[in-house]
Amino acid sequence: MSGPSTYEPKSGFTRWLDKRLPIIRLGYDSFVAYPTPRNLNYWWTFGAMLSMCLVVQIVTGVVLAMHYVPHIDMAFASVQRLERDVPYGWLIQNIHAVGASMFFLAVYIHMFRGLYYGSYKAPRELLWILGCVIYVLMVATGFLGYTLPWGQMSFWGATVITNLLGALPIVGESIKNWLSGGFSIDQPTINRFFSLHYLLPFVIAGVVALHVWALHEAGQGNPTGVDVRKASDIPAGEPGDTVPFTPHATMKDLFAAVLFVILFATFVFFMPDALGHADNFIPANPLQTPPEIVPEWYLLPFYAILRAIDFNIGPIDSKLGGVLAMFAAIGVLFVLPWLDTSRIRSMRYRPIARQFFLIFVVVCVILGWCGGQNPGKILVPATFSATLEWVEGGTVTQSPVRAEGEAQWAQAAADAQASQSGAAMTAVTRTSATEGTLRAINGGAVQTRTVTGGTVDELEAAVTEAKAAVGQAAPFFNVTRNTPFTFTVTTLSQIATFYYFFFFLVLLPLLGLRETPGRVPDTIAKPVTKQAQGAA
Amino acid sequence: MLRALTLAAALTVASVGAAFAAGDAEHPHDHAFSFDSPVGSYDMGAVQRGYQVYQQVCSTCHAMDHLAYRHLGERNGPFALYMVRNHETGEVEPHVGAPAHGGSFVDVTENQYVRAIAAGVTINAVDPNTGQLTDRPGRISDRFRRPFPNEIAARASNGGAYPVDLSVITSARHGGADYIYALLTGYTGQSRGTLYENPYFPGHYIAMPPPLTEGAVAYSDGSPTTVEQYAADVTHFLQWAADPHMEQRKRTGIVVLAFLLVLAGLMYLSYKHVWRNESH
Repeated sequence: MSGPSTYEPKSGFTRWLDKRLPIIRLGYDSFVAYPTPRNLNYWWTFGAMLSMCLVVQIVTGVVLAMHYVPHIDMAFASVQRLERDVPYGWLIQNIHAVGASMFFLAVYIHMFRGLYYGSYKAPRELLWILGCVIYVLMVATGFLGYTLPWGQMSFWGATVITNLLGALPIVGESIKNWLSGGFSIDQPTINRFFSLHYLLPFVIAGVVALHVWALHEAGQGNPTGVDVRKASDIPAGEPGDTVPFTPHATMKDLFAAVLFVILFATFVFFMPDALGHADNFIPANPLQTPPEIVPEWYLLPFYAILRAIDFNIGPIDSKLGGVLAMFAAIGVLFVLPWLDTSRIRSMRYRPIARQFFLIFVVVCVILGWCGGQNPGKILVPATFSATLEWVEGGTVTQSPVRAEGEAQWAQAAADAQASQSGAAMTAVTRTSATEGTLRAINGGAVQTRTVTGGTVDELEAAVTEAKAAVGQAAPFFNVTRNTPFTFTVTTLSQIATFYYFFFFLVLLPLLGLRETPGRVPDTIAKPVTKQAQGAA
Repeated sequence: MLRALTLAAALTVASVGAAFAAGDAEHPHDHAFSFDSPVGSYDMGAVQRGYQVYQQVCSTCHAMDHLAYRHLGERNGPFALYMVRNHETGEVEPHVGAPAHGGSFVDVTENQYVRAIAAGVTINAVDPNTGQLTDRPGRISDRFRRPFPNEIAARASNGGAYPVDLSVITSARHGGADYIYALLTGYTGQSRGTLYENPYFPGHYIAMPPPLTEGAVAYSDGSPTTVEQYAADVTHFLQWAADPHMEQRKRTGIVVLAFLLVLAGLMYLSYKHVWRNESH
C-alpha cells in the first residue's frame, strides 16, 4: 500500500543512521509520506485522539501510582491525600478518571464508524480484530482501575464481576478464587488488580502498534468504501486519490483533537465527578451492600445484556446465560468480518442496512440506559389486582392437619380442605414442616372485595388497608392475587438485547445477500469532484 | 448521518446523569450556594462559621479523617492568613481570607489563628518520653480529632448507629450540598423510638437527632443564629472540605478553555490553509 519508501536522508548523520537503524525512515514512511485518502471525514479523526487518550492515561497513571497505596485500609485515604496535599494531584486524578470516560467515548465513536463504513471487511479483518482485542483490554483495564480507589462501588463492582465468572461451569469457581486471590474481595485482590491495572495499558500500547501496523499495510478505508487507485492508474492531469499524511491528515486530526480536548477539559475542570457514582466516595464496606450496584457508564450496555437474561435456557441457568450473553455481545464483534456478507463496504450505498444500523445505534443507547436503571422498574403503567374473600358471621371450627412427611404436605392440606365440603370458606395455616391448622367457617355470608395498585408494593399496601377496614368482622381472608404482564426495564433490555444479536447474526448475513445496493462510484474521486463542482 | 450519530453520542452522555435515580427519599430542593455556578467561589465567611458549627456541634459524633488543621490555613482554606498593607496608615496588617487584591500569603506554620484552633483541641497521643497514651494540645499537623477511638465505640455511644465520616460527604451523597442542607433543615419533629422522621433521608427515618437548634452556636460576626443559617454555613464548610481545590480548579479551567478555544481557531485556520488547494 505504502509503496517503496520515498525517504531520503539529507545529512551525514541521518545517512549514517539510516544504514544502521532506519528509524527515521520508519517514522517518515508511517506518519509523513503515508498516503491517506483525500475524502476522509471527521469520523476518521478519532484514531489519533485514541492514541492521545492512551498516552494521557499512561502518563497520569504513572504519576498516580507514585502516590497510591494498594491496601484495603489505606487506598481510599491515599487517593484523598493525593487530591488534597499533592501539588496539582487533584488535576492529575481528575484527568485520569475523566480520561477513562473520554477514552471510551472516543473508542465507541471509532467502533461505530468502523461498523458504518465497513472498515472490518477485506483486507482489514485483522485490523478490526486487533481493534476488538484493544477494546477488550480497555474494558478490563477500566474495570480494574475503577476498583482501585476502594470505594463502595469499587468493592461491590469487583464482587459482582468476579462472582459472574464464578457462574461458568466447572472452572468458574477456580477462576473466581484465582482472580480475587481468596474467597472474597480482599487485600490480595487489590494487590493483583493494581498490578494488572499497571500492566494492561502497556499491553494495549503493544496491540495498538500492531493495529497501526496492520492499518498501514492495508491502508485507510474511506467513506465511499472504494479502494484508492495507485498513482500509476491515475490519468495525467488528475489529482491522485491520496494526499500525504503530513500535513493534511495531521492538521485535521489536530484540529479535531483540540475540539475533543475542549470537551475533556470541561469535564475535568467543571464537573469532574459527573461521570462517576456518589457511592464511590464512601469507603468500601464489605458488610454493607449499596442500594444499587452499577458499573461505569461505558459498561452499562453490557450490564443490561447481562441482566436481560433473567430466565433459564434448558440446562443453562439465568446467571450463566447472562454471563454468556454478555461475553457473546463482545465476542460477536470478533467474527463480524465473516458475518457481513455484503461486498459493499460503506453503508452509504446500502440503503436498507443503513436504516438497521441507525436502529442498532439507538438500541445500544437504550441498553446503556437500561443498565443504569433498576431492572424491576415498570415502564408501562400496569394494574395489579387482588381479590379478598371473607365470611361475615358463621362459626369457625379448627382442627389440626398432619402429613406423614414434608413431601406429602400439599396433598394432606388439600385433603383436609376437601373434607370440609359444607364450609363457606376454609384455610390451612402451616405451623411446621408436617403440621398445620385447618380453619373452616360454616354459615355466614361470603363477601369479596377487589383492590388494585400500580406496583406489587402498592397492591400489598392496598390489601393490608382493606383487611384493616374489614377488621374483626372477618376471622380470616383468602386473597387471590392477579399479576398482570408488566413491561419493565428488563423487558426493554430483552428486546434491545435481541436486536443487538439479531443485527449481527441475522440482518448482516442476510442483507448482504438480499439487499440491492445503491450505485457505488468507480473511484473516490467521483464524489469528490462532484462535491467540489457543487461547491464551486 | 453525522448529525444522527452526534445526537446519539450526546444522549449517551446525558443519560448517565439520569441513570442513577435516588431511592424513595424526597428530592432535595435547590439551595442557592455561592459555589454553584461554573465560576462560583466559596463564601469564606460561611466556611469559617461552618467550621465553628462543625467544631461545636457535629464533631461530637462525626469524624473528618482526611482533614488536618493545617488545611484550614492553606491558600484555599477558610483561615488562610495574608499580610495586607493598609493604604491609609501604611502599616502591614494581618487579614484572614484572601484579600480582594495584593497581600502576601503567610505560611500556615506561621498562622496564629490556625495554631490557636489546633491548640484548642485535646489530642490523645503517645507521650514521647514515657510511651504511655496521654492528652496533649493539638498541633496544626494533626488530623481533625476523632470523637470516638473506633467504630465500635462510635456505635456503642449512638444506639448502634454509626455517625459517618464527613470529609467527602457532599461528594458521597446524591444531590451533594443541596441534600445535606435539606437533611439538616428537613426534620418534621416526629420520631419513632430513637429514629427521627426526615423525608430527605432514604427510608424517611434517620438515627441522627435534629443536630441544630436555634442559638446553639454563638456567631461573632452578627450573622443570624437560626437553624437555616447554621445548616447553610456547615454545608458550605462541608462542601469546601470535600472539594478544597474547587476555586483553583475553576479558575484554571477558564484559562484552559480560553486557551483551547483560541488554539482550536488557529488549528482550524491551519487545517484550511493546508487543504486550500485540495478537493475533498
